[in-house]
Amino acid sequence: MEKRNRIRTSRGDRVFEICNFIFMILLMIVTLYPFINILAVSLNDAQDSIKGGIYLFPRALTLDNYQYVFKEATIFHATLISILRTVIGTVVTVLGSAMVAYTISRQDYVLRKFITIAFILTMYFNGGLIPNYLLMRDMNLVGSFWVYILPGLIGVFNLIIIRSFIENLPESILESGKIDGAGDFKTFISIVLPLTMPVLATVALFSGVYQWNSWFDVFLYNSSKINLSTLQYELQKILQNSTATAGTSSMDGMINGANGSQQGAVTPLSIRATMTIVASVPIIMVYPFLQKYFVKGMMVGGVKG
Amino acid sequence: MNTKTILATPEIKTDQKPAGLRLFLTKLVKQRVLVFMSVPFLIWLFIFKYLPLWGWTIAFQDYRPALGFWDQKWIGFSHFKFLFGDERFLRVLRNTLAMSSINLILGFLTAIVLALLLNEIRQVAFKRIVQTVSYLPHFISWVVAASIIQTTLSPDGIINQLLIWAGFIDKGQEFLFLGIPHFFWGIFGASSVWKDIGWNTIVYLAAMTTIDPSQYEAAEMDGAGRFKRMFYITLPGIKSVVVVLLIMNIGYLLESGFEPQYLLGNGMNVDYSENIDIFVLKYGIAQSNFSLSIAAGMFKTIVSFILLFVANSVAKRAGESRLF
Repeated sequence: MEKRNRIRTSRGDRVFEICNFIFMILLMIVTLYPFINILAVSLNDAQDSIKGGIYLFPRALTLDNYQYVFKEATIFHATLISILRTVIGTVVTVLGSAMVAYTISRQDYVLRKFITIAFILTMYFNGGLIPNYLLMRDMNLVGSFWVYILPGLIGVFNLIIIRSFIENLPESILESGKIDGAGDFKTFISIVLPLTMPVLATVALFSGVYQWNSWFDVFLYNSSKINLSTLQYELQKILQNSTATAGTSSMDGMINGANGSQQGAVTPLSIRATMTIVASVPIIMVYPFLQKYFVKGMMVGGVKG
Repeated sequence: MNTKTILATPEIKTDQKPAGLRLFLTKLVKQRVLVFMSVPFLIWLFIFKYLPLWGWTIAFQDYRPALGFWDQKWIGFSHFKFLFGDERFLRVLRNTLAMSSINLILGFLTAIVLALLLNEIRQVAFKRIVQTVSYLPHFISWVVAASIIQTTLSPDGIINQLLIWAGFIDKGQEFLFLGIPHFFWGIFGASSVWKDIGWNTIVYLAAMTTIDPSQYEAAEMDGAGRFKRMFYITLPGIKSVVVVLLIMNIGYLLESGFEPQYLLGNGMNVDYSENIDIFVLKYGIAQSNFSLSIAAGMFKTIVSFILLFVANSVAKRAGESRLF
């Protein structure tokens, strides 16, 4: 805007700006349309949706699909487990990562180098599917809730962005704790934790998103335990069923029709749409508010150019 | 009591080892709080990240779950030999390389172009809205994304409807996109771009903010137009970041992902959608052939390990900053 005052905007510039604007609008449409479409289907009468032709708005508005989904005991319970693993997993990960990051940010700590290298090395390899599975089995974690929390406890990436953040804090603040005679743990709790809140918010977002979105560990370790199923895994099962029937929504309708269709009954198509919305809404509500923080976190953790 | 003496007389080298160890232990005791804060997680790390490597021994055995470790029959490299003669494994390897290359090239190009275009938007509020929207698909799970992609690509989905509307196909000729094998790589590439294009711009936009604005002003004085400024100032300004990321990503050539292929794959497109990770899953879990599955996983990890180390040192030698 200020540039316009200094130098006249050429015709080419105007054309470019308009094209760029149109491109950005198109990008937003391509990003958002699929969500809006699914939202419309989830709010539309299930039998009516089979006819197709739902794009931006529901044709026969109803909340029946949502009512059905939350009355379904399995899905309700799975949502609870999803919330539980997200909350517990995030708290444990944030505190644990912050603690380790603080110790390896201390230049005088004798184990600093060893711990740092031990963690960073694990970025380059992993045991793989079967060895991990055998470990969980031998530790009696298969069929338990803790298999969601323990394996992903601390991510190296999180560790590095927190460490970089602590190292960039002014030395004098960290020193002030020592003068007051505070021990290392007290310094961590009362000085480091409050000051690292911005980066911890980033780690909390990453960890929360990871926990909320996980389905593969449910499939691998707990697929026979219905009371430990999660929302994403329930959605995945529905998805897999519709893939088996070639993923056509009209076929979903036919299956339901064969099961005896009365007016207002739900269909796999509308259940899938509804659960897709339920599974993504919490994230959509949270991430825009943390944008400032995670953009910074990515800058620190990505490449220090 | 010893610390002071040792620090004061460092020239005593005859008993260096015990002194070093004692110094280390003294420090360890002094820093016990830090030890308590970190060592439990170190133990966690060894159990959950290093201990599974022991399972690699299974790749060299004719593994029988009922037998103990010492009773297994050791058969050397024959599982690996089998893999490289196996038509299915070679196809899976081809798919892995193809999809990760597509992802690499498309991911880089689209993100750089989008970052360049975003950088040209002067209305701050509009730019912020576009950015926020573009991050959205990164945060949703692949399960949700796959559900969305399936809906979009279904016969009554928007893509087919647009094709009918534009007159490319007639009603009744709708494509069953996910059922056409050689469409899969393209669908995978497009889905990955859709999901991560916005997210991938973050690093480039950050690099662009470090470019000295006076460079643009000088170029403008010299009569350089917008495109010239983009090509001669912005692009060179982010070159080092691009080079480092590119080299690092080559290290992940065998990591083509798992979830999109697994969730969008089906019986019809399996010849093009199955990659190493799915091969490992199918042999390991569905067929319980642990040895072969681990051999395939091990191959992937070791090649990635070497590639990453080479990539890291190449990036270092190129005088650019490494990832860490």
